[in-house]
Amino acid sequence: MPNKGGVEKKPVQPVINGSVAAQRRISQLPRNSIMGNFRDDEQDFGNMPDLSDEALRPVRPDDQLKLTEAELNEEHTRILTARNPQAAENIVRYSYKDRLFKPIPHVDQLAVHFQLDGNLILRDSDEGRRQVARDGGEYTIEEEDEASTPEAESTEEKTTQDGEDEDDEKPVESSATNGKTKKLTNQFNFSERASQTYNNPCRDRETFVEQTPRAVFSDNVSQWAIFDAYNEDFDLQQKAKEKENKKSSTKKDDDRKKKFVATDLSGDDMAKFARSKSASISLKIIERMINQNTFDDIAQDFKYWEDAADEYREQEGSLLPLWIFQYDLTKKLACTNLAWNSQYSDLFAVAFGSYDFLKQTRGMFLVYSLKNPSFPEYIFQTESGVMCLDFHHHHPNLLCCGFYDGSVAVYNVADEQKRPKYQSTARNGKHTDPVWQVRWQKDDLDGNLNFYSISSDGRVVCWTLVKSDLMYADIVQLKLEKPATEPNETLPLATLGCGTCFDFNKQQDYLFIVGTEEGKIHKCSKSYNNQFLDTFDAHHMAIYAVRWNTFHPKIFLSCSADWTVKVWDINYKVPLFTYDLGSAVGDIAWAPYSSTVFAACTADGKVFVFDLNVNKYEPLTEQIVVQKKRTKLTHITFNRNHPIILAGDDRGNVISLKLSPNLRKKPKVKKGQDVAEGTEGESVKLDKILALIRDPDDVKSKGVPTQQTSTTPIPTTN
Amino acid sequence: MAAEGGEGETQQKEETKRHTYPLIRTSDMNEEIKTECMELCVTACEKFSQNNENAARMIKETMDKKFGPTWQVIVGEGYGFFIEHQVKSLLYMFFGGTTAIIVWKCA
Repeated sequence: MPNKGGVEKKPVQPVINGSVAAQRRISQLPRNSIMGNFRDDEQDFGNMPDLSDEALRPVRPDDQLKLTEAELNEEHTRILTARNPQAAENIVRYSYKDRLFKPIPHVDQLAVHFQLDGNLILRDSDEGRRQVARDGGEYTIEEEDEASTPEAESTEEKTTQDGEDEDDEKPVESSATNGKTKKLTNQFNFSERASQTYNNPCRDRETFVEQTPRAVFSDNVSQWAIFDAYNEDFDLQQKAKEKENKKSSTKKDDDRKKKFVATDLSGDDMAKFARSKSASISLKIIERMINQNTFDDIAQDFKYWEDAADEYREQEGSLLPLWIFQYDLTKKLACTNLAWNSQYSDLFAVAFGSYDFLKQTRGMFLVYSLKNPSFPEYIFQTESGVMCLDFHHHHPNLLCCGFYDGSVAVYNVADEQKRPKYQSTARNGKHTDPVWQVRWQKDDLDGNLNFYSISSDGRVVCWTLVKSDLMYADIVQLKLEKPATEPNETLPLATLGCGTCFDFNKQQDYLFIVGTEEGKIHKCSKSYNNQFLDTFDAHHMAIYAVRWNTFHPKIFLSCSADWTVKVWDINYKVPLFTYDLGSAVGDIAWAPYSSTVFAACTADGKVFVFDLNVNKYEPLTEQIVVQKKRTKLTHITFNRNHPIILAGDDRGNVISLKLSPNLRKKPKVKKGQDVAEGTEGESVKLDKILALIRDPDDVKSKGVPTQQTSTTPIPTTN
Repeated sequence: MAAEGGEGETQQKEETKRHTYPLIRTSDMNEEIKTECMELCVTACEKFSQNNENAARMIKETMDKKFGPTWQVIVGEGYGFFIEHQVKSLLYMFFGGTTAIIVWKCA
């Protein structure tokens, strides 16, 4: 039993059997072992606390964790690691190289609790030796002050010398000897004072700045890119300039002039340059090239495409749509007339106006070329709608046109100024109603150019260009025949019918036919003013077009608003053929290559092509060519050289169509038979057809003479 | 042919004369900085019309002084580039009909 007396509470370190291993706290040791140890070593440790004693039991605080025996006996392992518990575990930093936030691989675990910068330098280091050399004397003086120190330090020197090279011994000794010489300095009067100002403790702060926003930019610089950019900018400036010119307020101009000084000059120069001849030629070529590339497939079709299906369809043909000619300003206008140029087979003029009686606005006419489908070659604006136009056959630049307000004008297409050369005025015999058709005639006996016009005021007028004037002469007045039932009035008023169309015979120039709104066709002659040679009661409604056959001198076509197209012989009052097309027929045209082919266009957007040689009663083609519904086709015309038709509609578009081979047929040649070519052959062909339908008893039908003074036909401007 | 060629040449010269004003192609600077920078570029190019390097040096150093460090400048007539620039600190312009100048800031 342990001795009770003189018990002192000492922290007992149970050193079992003298081994120091596994030092553990008393409270962690199992109780039994403690007791056991105590009992075992009771001889060694004299005063051991008796734990059974109440007073000696260890005092536990009230909030100490109360554990059961079992729990107390549990063994907990504790491992000492070198981790800093305060350090963060996942620090993320922005990596400029990789452009993203990356976790730092190794977080610094060093926690500095206290830091004191010392200023001891190793004596034998470079810095130490420098300092010794610098203040060598003072150093050794201090050594002398202390009695014990020189000896101690000399011994120190010696001890330090032990581990050093021999080379160092000498400088140390020399410094020592130097120091000895310096010892003679007065040590009493010299006092060294030093003081250290308070050094504010430094603290390291680091912060991480948010990266500045960046953006990427790239480009290629080249001379042409620079040039293009300048041109673009220049165009923008030009547009802006034009807009301002329109506004034209003088006060604002001053301010803007400053900005535009630099570019004004360049603007004018550019405009002049663009209009200079050499530039315009090259610009034109480039424009044509671009158009050719854009419309390449259409151009190929135009030249080479032939409908293969025509081989299988004997009696049918088709129309392939080619280019569509559109212009912004004409979108609201209707195409009122089409005319091909006499010398340039790809040039044609389109007249624009309005058929609407109530809405009459300005008009215009455009001259297009097939080589440039995207933009007209020439644009002429007029004050009133243009209803008709015609190119002169010998002077391809002269164009006469008739307007809705009844005046006629002659334009020179090549003129820069876009004004008519001649214009008829109210005093000058201008018509009082819209002029529906104009036609150039051969130069008269004096060599003056002249043309004819017909209008709703019932007059057919011949206009002559004499020097700089336009002289007019009434040729025919379309007098209405009074119906017999009307009572005779005291004053016979001569009423005039409304003429809508006329056409001159190809072979006999003085002969012409006139169509009227009442539906009558009059055969007239230039020589007779008052009377018609003949009258046909042709249609029930207004006649829109009459056309002589290209080759045959006696056949003509007429089309009307009463949906019919009729083929006539000048000698007969009864039409040879009548075709009902289901909708008002706007225009008809004979083909220039055959006397039996003609085309018609209707108000429901269809084009009909007939070939009397193939099928006398039905059209070979009936095709809708307009793009939007309810577009009326107003005019149609064949091209002289190419197998295409132009059709104009009332939305300002002109559509070109290619005729399929079936529509361009020439009759098959039987072997051994000579087929007469040219006009005679064509008229023979037509006669054969006509002979089939005519009454064989009719005397006049036989043997229509084909031997005529074969005048070369005047190229038609259909 | 020769006359036409001569005409073409004079026209070309006229054109080059016209296209000499400074034309800003791309810029995301503020208005004041942009105009100042553009004036500076024009001055530099006119002063050092023979030497692009000196013009670029002048532009860069002036921009650094005025608007802060690390501007980059390229002056030339034919090059391609791909750069990263600080937002609101890029100017790309043409001048003199032939030279292209790009100025950007990137710290």
